[in-house]
Amino acid sequence: MSTATAAHHHDDHPTGIMRWLTTTNHKDIGTMYLTFSLIMFLVGGSMILAVRAELFQPGLQLMQPEFFNQLIGVHALVMIFAALMPAATGFANWMLPLQLGAPDMALPRLNNWGFWLLPPAAILLTAPFILALFGIGDGAIATGWTFYTPLSVQGGIGVDFAIFAVHLLGISSVMGSINVLVTIFNMRAPGMTLMKMPLFAWGWMITAFLLIATIPVLAGAVTMLLTDRHFGTHFFDAAGGGDPILFQHLFWFFGHPEVYILLLPVWGLIPHILSAFSRKPTYGYKAQIYSFWAIGILSVVVWAHHFFTVGLPIPALLYFMYSTMAISLPLAVLFFCWIATMWKGSMTFETPMLFATGWIILFGIGGLTGLILADVAADAQYHHSYFVVAHFHYTLFAGGIMGIMAGVYYWLPKMTGHMYSETLGKLHFWLTAIAFNVTFIPQFFLGLAGMPRRIPDYALQFSEFNMISTIGAFTLGLSQLIMVYNIVRCVRGGKKAEAKVWEGAEGLEWTLPSPPPYHSFTEQPVIK
Amino acid sequence: MAFQFLKKAGMGLMLAVWSLAAHAEYAWNFPKPVTPMAADTLLVHNKFMVIIMVIFVVVLGIMIYSIIRHRKSVGHKAADFTGPSTRSQVIWTLVPFAILLYIDFILMGIPAYHSVVLMEDTKNDSEMVIKVTGSQWRWQYEYMDGEAQGIKFVSNMTTPQEQIQNKTEKGEHYLLEVDNHVVLPVDKKVRILLTSNDVIHTWWVPAFGAARDAIPGFLRETWVKIEEPGTYRGQCKELCGKGHGFMPVVVDAVPEEQFKEWVASKKTEMSAASAGADKEWSKDELLTQGKAVYEKNCAVCHQPGGQGMPPAFPALTGSKIVTAPNFDADGKLMKDSHIDRVFNGKGMMPAWKGTLSDTDIAAVISYERNALGNSMGDLVQPSQIKALR
Ligand SMILES: [Cu+2]
Repeated sequence: MSTATAAHHHDDHPTGIMRWLTTTNHKDIGTMYLTFSLIMFLVGGSMILAVRAELFQPGLQLMQPEFFNQLIGVHALVMIFAALMPAATGFANWMLPLQLGAPDMALPRLNNWGFWLLPPAAILLTAPFILALFGIGDGAIATGWTFYTPLSVQGGIGVDFAIFAVHLLGISSVMGSINVLVTIFNMRAPGMTLMKMPLFAWGWMITAFLLIATIPVLAGAVTMLLTDRHFGTHFFDAAGGGDPILFQHLFWFFGHPEVYILLLPVWGLIPHILSAFSRKPTYGYKAQIYSFWAIGILSVVVWAHHFFTVGLPIPALLYFMYSTMAISLPLAVLFFCWIATMWKGSMTFETPMLFATGWIILFGIGGLTGLILADVAADAQYHHSYFVVAHFHYTLFAGGIMGIMAGVYYWLPKMTGHMYSETLGKLHFWLTAIAFNVTFIPQFFLGLAGMPRRIPDYALQFSEFNMISTIGAFTLGLSQLIMVYNIVRCVRGGKKAEAKVWEGAEGLEWTLPSPPPYHSFTEQPVIK
Repeated sequence: MAFQFLKKAGMGLMLAVWSLAAHAEYAWNFPKPVTPMAADTLLVHNKFMVIIMVIFVVVLGIMIYSIIRHRKSVGHKAADFTGPSTRSQVIWTLVPFAILLYIDFILMGIPAYHSVVLMEDTKNDSEMVIKVTGSQWRWQYEYMDGEAQGIKFVSNMTTPQEQIQNKTEKGEHYLLEVDNHVVLPVDKKVRILLTSNDVIHTWWVPAFGAARDAIPGFLRETWVKIEEPGTYRGQCKELCGKGHGFMPVVVDAVPEEQFKEWVASKKTEMSAASAGADKEWSKDELLTQGKAVYEKNCAVCHQPGGQGMPPAFPALTGSKIVTAPNFDADGKLMKDSHIDRVFNGKGMMPAWKGTLSDTDIAAVISYERNALGNSMGDLVQPSQIKALR
């Protein structure tokens, strides 16, 4: 009783809007990150549904090519920087202190600042759409999310807005990463050595290192772009002694690790779910950590496989091809461990486990198609065709977002103190898994048949597959509303969740009540 | 039961993929290859697809077996192992990785190496050279050597706006048709040099297996040796602005004699055009030709009615440049005059001197000054443009 009163005393905080603006509490900030991520997921999703609607039939029906180009680029930027990354950061905020046995994140004010940079960034990204309605500028960035020069030098104010948005997002990510690293290195419960730390923390640690290593390169590249645009420099202009391909090198030096930045937190959280619902300890804990390291390191030395068709010398082609293929080895170790964790378990399939299982299968397709994309000659065909679009949605939607969804269902009862509706959760999973495949399997065939990506209109032989893909995309999009409803319902109330929500769940977060007290661990737990 | 759905969905998916792959020969795969590079690419692709499908099926099979057998609902008790414990288990654990190593660097790695070497071998035994220049949003072609040397032309998409706007029925080659096809002889190795006037484009014909970027300020190269006569179609596949979806590539591969005939007729056409540049053109002639040139090359940005799309693409109707004189009192071409802008370009406006003939430039300028709501009354003669070169 006395501890409860003491805890209550520390719970004092402003209420209403000031609570959220000034909060330094890791759970409040985590909740804001996750809410922001969910909103932006719906925004980015709506954009691409407009695109898919345009592509339902050949011919231009709904929009002009300029607007189409804006939608595809902003869709990608929003999904990557404003949906997927904040979701992972939201989980880090919520769960790292709980999992490590800490009272809060190490740098709470930095944490608050990191979050509040995101809404302005999201506004910068999307504002040019609205400004264009008032006759200011010609809309948002229309270069795709990759900013390739010289197209981006030529572009309108949307490019400048996107450059500043990327700067803000980058600063936010670096601050988040510093916070994660400081927390991991300093705030672990006594006895929790690094090699006893939960895999989620390990995945996030590598992500944080990668972010700190690569975000400055992106920031530099887009700043050089900015000075090329407005201050007469010629970094990327051959006429002034520059090289447009230099931009691609710099961009993908960030861009390829970015894929693993998005995936590593998910690789960290999935083993927890597999182990909980198989009622069996994680298989190959150390092997998974070493694989994280191997992939993290390899990810910064394979960037040029994103632009084989620019005409690289043979030795460079071979190097980037073989080093890319080498990533399949540590990745295979991870797949092996995931399946071995399930093997001979005592499995049940609640929603988190359904998502985790479906995730392994669909992410597997993303990984395997990535392996053949490494082949330089075949890549000449796949590259910038719909084959690549399908491939990276298997890695980033299935491998990224569906993994995050597994985490949402796994931790939602812990965060809210209520159980979500299992029926709706399962319905959400099945609709998502099926609609996802209906959307993207046809895109593999479209790519093979020769449909380039980022075109607003297409030749008649591509009609049927595009139609199927659009139907799948709308089903996929609408299914997500089930999840939104389920989350809102769960936040509002429902069956009380116990401290240990899942029978097989292991880890410190399950030793605290659901929801956990405002300050997580006021007394540090000791790990034996 | 959830797992049965999963199983059915998984198996159904695999069956679907397999049956699709086995379906009609190339409808689900790359188009029929007509060059050694495309043939090699298809072979490598098919082999790799089989490999990854086998890996997928084996791993999925193991997973599904586990999902069926190791469930709480069938009373399976969880084991508690966390890694291989005996020596033989360690060895068995290493086997899949040995297999993967073999697949990556031998089974896939060696053919992939040979493909790279084949793909990059642009120079050996090449029998002719063409230069492809990408520009927003059309391709230009120039024959660099041999009997065809000097032939050059622009290749614009011909699909009418009415079809794109769904006002009329779409034609058979919707979006994949151009006014001037590139004509290449079959069975000759053609080295293709690529560059660009503005942003990066990618020249791609799927049946050739060749895709290479056209980069402003640099030359890149690829090659084709087309082994079957026919008409082959492709598209730009690097996002290059609003016309990205509308810059197709059409190549006619023809037997040697037919190629020679084409070269001869093209040369006659060109000398006729250059002769035309010396004569005095009437207003009607200039405006008729100018309208055609305008609609093909200028209307995408400046719009068919000349109203443009400000601020990126200024209006020509009432434009300061169009309504100002071209020559000063001494008959010297003025800077930033109408002719200067069309001939030399500036900023987003491409320079047309390398792309259009003297007659076309004279005609289109005359047209812009006397149509689209402008009535300057003056004409520009092809000979005046010729004199600027
Ligand atoms: Cu192009």
